[in-house]
Amino acid sequence: MTAVIIVPPSLDDKGFEHVLEQLASQPDDAKIIVDARHCTFGTPYGLTAMLTLGQTRAQKATFLPPIDGNVSTYWSRAGFFRYAEELFDIQGSVPRVRSTDEGDKLLGITPIAAAADVHLVVERIAEQARHILTTRLKLEPRAQMGFTMALSETVQNIVDHAGHAGWVMAQAYQYRQRLAGRWVAEIVVCDPGMGFRRSLEMGNRRPITDRWGDGLALETALIQGVSRFPDAGRGQGLKGTRGYIGRRNGMLTIRSGTARIGLIPTWDDSVPLQENLPYFPGAQLRVIIPGELAGGTP
Amino acid sequence: MTRIDVGSVLRNSANLPYRNLVTRSTGAAVRQCIELELAALPADETATLDFSQIGMMDFSCADEIVAKLLLDPPHGAPARTCGLVIFHGITDHHLEAIEDVLHHHGLAIVVHFADGGARLVGAVNDDERLMWELVYATGGTTVQALATRAGRAHTDTEQILELLHSRHLVRHAEQGYHPLGSLH
Repeated sequence: MTAVIIVPPSLDDKGFEHVLEQLASQPDDAKIIVDARHCTFGTPYGLTAMLTLGQTRAQKATFLPPIDGNVSTYWSRAGFFRYAEELFDIQGSVPRVRSTDEGDKLLGITPIAAAADVHLVVERIAEQARHILTTRLKLEPRAQMGFTMALSETVQNIVDHAGHAGWVMAQAYQYRQRLAGRWVAEIVVCDPGMGFRRSLEMGNRRPITDRWGDGLALETALIQGVSRFPDAGRGQGLKGTRGYIGRRNGMLTIRSGTARIGLIPTWDDSVPLQENLPYFPGAQLRVIIPGELAGGTP
Repeated sequence: MTRIDVGSVLRNSANLPYRNLVTRSTGAAVRQCIELELAALPADETATLDFSQIGMMDFSCADEIVAKLLLDPPHGAPARTCGLVIFHGITDHHLEAIEDVLHHHGLAIVVHFADGGARLVGAVNDDERLMWELVYATGGTTVQALATRAGRAHTDTEQILELLHSRHLVRHAEQGYHPLGSLH
């Protein structure tokens, strides 16, 4: 029997959890239809996580794109359909757009499989993003550099740990739901790979405890800076990124397996650790960096 | 003094057509090329690692290039011949990552900045920094002269200087302690 998975009107991090709740009872090889026809909004997290979902299906899922032309045009511009066509059986037409209109995108959806992809992403951000980070977010050069470093390190997580190709997208926008509409820059990195728990287990870096699971694996990696690689310098990338995000009053969340951990600033009300979520393989990482307030306060 | 252009190493030796130092694998490739060049130098020669042509450097690359170049090799690995190294062309674009990894490993480096000034970057305490600055300000002199200028006992001064020497942050000669290299 074919299951229909309804994509909520907002395909953001919370909306994607609704997708996963519906998916939880379906085996990987079940035939599913992902119905996004009534979706009116998609964030970088929602779009890259949806592509990741496509990667996890043993049987190609059917995808019904948004009816609203503006929405599907935005998804096309972000690069969603270019990659979705390989992962889903798309029913209905999708807008064809030339990829020249970058708008406030810092980086359209980009596949990541190898170290060379990290170089390309960093070079592209360095070329494209400077203007937006300077004029909209008012970030001074050192903060811009930190943003690029955070991007580089989070994307490397796929290459070093996932064991599977993934996706990155970055965008600047006015955060109207929070921060009184201030400009923010967001990086999202999603993969359907082994996830944090298995990565630590493979490196024999699992702490001896009865509490072991996805939540503790995320705590071990993010808070304690433990990497699956034993040499002393490993884990520096995530630790450095964490420091940068803290200094910029930004937010970092990582979902892996059945848990999500977050470095949550005062302007957001998410809980720092959520467990017993519907299982989703790999790691889905989201960074939000707020722009400067007048007077230079992040 | 031998100058190693890290940008050129990245493009030519490591064969990567980029100007940003990102990813561990890139850092390891660049470091191995630098190690080969350093190994060919006489033990007492100071080399300058020039980062002028490098756009940005991430934490992983800084750990692979800067920290691992200075760290003792793991047990059983061949000994490194890092020798004396001055870092040049370091900007704000590199400093955040470099400082972070140096503090993590308890390491320090000598940086000659574009404004002509030299500075210790990394994990050093106030005594070490003050003594190092005196060595640079004097251009190098005896332990006694440095002790007098610092207003410290001779044995204290010698201990601090020997520590700086063991960390490859000053040179030691018969006449006393000297900067690693000239600022100009």
